[in-house]
Amino acid sequence: MPPARVALFVTCLVDLLYPEVGEASAALLRHAGADVAFPAAQTCCGQPQLNSGFVDDARRLARGTLRAFEGFDAVVAPSGSCAAMLRVSYPHLFAGESEEPRARDLAGRTFELTEYLVDHLGVDRLQGRWEGRVTYHDACHGLRELGVRAQGRQLLSGIDGLELVEMARPDACCGFGGTFSVRLPEVAVAMADDKAAQIDATGAGTVVAGDAGCLMHMAGRLTRSGSDVAAMHVASLLASAAGLESAAT
Amino acid sequence: MTAGEERAGTFAELAHVQLEKPGLRRAIGSAMDRFVVNRANAFAGADLEAMRAAGEAIRAHTVARLDVYLAQFAEAAEARGTKVFFAADGAEAVEYVRGVVRGHGATRVAKGKSMASEEIGLNHALEADGVDVVETDLGEYIVQVAHEPPSHIIVPAIHKTRQDVAELFNDVHHTDLPADPPELTRFARELLRDRFLSADVGITGVNFAVADAGAVVIVTNEGNGRMCSTLPKVHVALMGMERIVPSFRELAVMLPLLTGSATGQRVTAYLNVIGGPRGPDDVDGPDEVHVVILDNGRSRLLGTEYRSVLHCIRCGACQNVCPVYRQVGGHGYGAVYGGPIGAVLTPLLDGFERAGDLPYASSLCAACTDVCPVRIPLHEHLLSLRRDVARERAGAAERSAFRTWSAVWSRPWSYRLAARLGRAGQVVFARGGRIRRAPFPLSRWTSGRDLPPIASRTFRERWKRTRRGSRNGAPDGR
Repeated sequence: MPPARVALFVTCLVDLLYPEVGEASAALLRHAGADVAFPAAQTCCGQPQLNSGFVDDARRLARGTLRAFEGFDAVVAPSGSCAAMLRVSYPHLFAGESEEPRARDLAGRTFELTEYLVDHLGVDRLQGRWEGRVTYHDACHGLRELGVRAQGRQLLSGIDGLELVEMARPDACCGFGGTFSVRLPEVAVAMADDKAAQIDATGAGTVVAGDAGCLMHMAGRLTRSGSDVAAMHVASLLASAAGLESAAT
Repeated sequence: MTAGEERAGTFAELAHVQLEKPGLRRAIGSAMDRFVVNRANAFAGADLEAMRAAGEAIRAHTVARLDVYLAQFAEAAEARGTKVFFAADGAEAVEYVRGVVRGHGATRVAKGKSMASEEIGLNHALEADGVDVVETDLGEYIVQVAHEPPSHIIVPAIHKTRQDVAELFNDVHHTDLPADPPELTRFARELLRDRFLSADVGITGVNFAVADAGAVVIVTNEGNGRMCSTLPKVHVALMGMERIVPSFRELAVMLPLLTGSATGQRVTAYLNVIGGPRGPDDVDGPDEVHVVILDNGRSRLLGTEYRSVLHCIRCGACQNVCPVYRQVGGHGYGAVYGGPIGAVLTPLLDGFERAGDLPYASSLCAACTDVCPVRIPLHEHLLSLRRDVARERAGAAERSAFRTWSAVWSRPWSYRLAARLGRAGQVVFARGGRIRRAPFPLSRWTSGRDLPPIASRTFRERWKRTRRGSRNGAPDGR
């Protein structure tokens, strides 16, 4: 069987702010045997527009996404939220429109990274070494809209030296919520502080998640409040632990 | 806030006030954690998903035929001597209840818990008539004494610690009670006992109305609902028009969903089924029973995409898991119903002018949708409401900002250009790999959080280089 032709949907946040997460994702997919492409026509899924109520503006960006990912076996994003936008929201967004069949087709082949690695490429464990105690934050949309919970933890469980300690409420929102974080900054910050306290209680030096938005929010609050805890994308940690970094750059 | 009154502020303003209150978040958080654990225990071993599906099916069926079931209920209730009144809005409901109270020359009213009565401002109206109204649910009594509205559907005083309650009681009653829940409860119970016995009229809410039996059902843990509905000579039950179930068979499905989702109980302590006034052979019970069925904007939702909001059984589970509610409590919303269900229901009942900001009071984490016992897609409703609010009320500046954003980002070349411009512009703000202060609108982020700068080379720029490299024979990672 030829390797799956996987389009990396890197997401705008990773593209612009965390390029190393995209490279780690590509490296992990390749390591698992996928033929990885980066369709350069991709930009943003349109979630900020949709979540602010501007549906037409969201559709405009979504149409570009539909075009960019035509013809691939799978579209994989290092973000549960952006993957959920394509998989769950696009069919609603284009309901009754001429693009609906294409939106449904894209929805059927869109996956979050850890989900795709474990459930579709059959990666049971990843060999590697990473010293330290980490705690895992379940990003909301990956968890509740895609049902992704176990996969990231399963991949981490194969890493030597890594101790995973669960926080009290790993599934509680960190307060990002896209434009929510700037519409209601005080509430969002209070939510991040709540999260930070849970992370602190585990004694972990690193909080790991599968979504750049949540990581940006947690990291932004952690550094602002002088915390030493690092926020790290699960792809970065895994690629680094498995020594795949050089493969990416 | 009740009908007709202005909200005390926007969500952002009220949330700010709540966030400043010391100890509030801890009080709410610890109560919420308890409820979440209790809920899990209550449903342990049960097929919760099957129960939720059954609950949803019953509610959807009933609400889709609400006219039929309400007519059936009214006919059956009236046949048993209950007086049924359909109130189109809060004012009609208030007028009717005032009429009943006045008609009996009543001066003392004992009240059981009723969110619908909060919705229509019933207490204030009766008090304005000189009627002495006392809340008999302990939590409701606490917030009444504190002159506050309830902050949670099930736990009205969830925002108060035991110390707060002791201080409040000691202040109001000139006592010296310790901050000990059993002591405080005993004190309130003694005080309320007298009120039950001396009340002329009892007013309660309704958890479910059974259509074919013409009976209303009240679920309480303190037994106060039973006292209010049996001791006074007149009982007035106030219900939202959607509270109906076809028969006891459906009630049996809904009850464990309600108690398990609300407080994590498999069964409630007190379940009262009120079939009507005292019959000739009954030894006790009220002489008169009135059921007031409140529309107040609900029927407008029938047949719309928001109709499933009427499936709500007021369990409060969505509040118990909401991370936004956890920070600001019910008073942050400035609405009778706070939390996710309130953020959906309030703008639908009160309009966008008054409550159009509430659909944005959510990070859309969907924890509410996950626990709703009747599977109301709360976060999807919030999203749809944002669409409706944006269409009706978005300002020109915001509208054009989002339009420009999507226009620029919908083409890869202008997206890349925007990234380059952003990178050039950020040099004055970025220090040591992070941005601590940025101009509006990003200042709304940097007010409390650091912002990462745009990478010196974006992923796509780096990818392009790698591909060029790999064509020249460099390893491509396979």
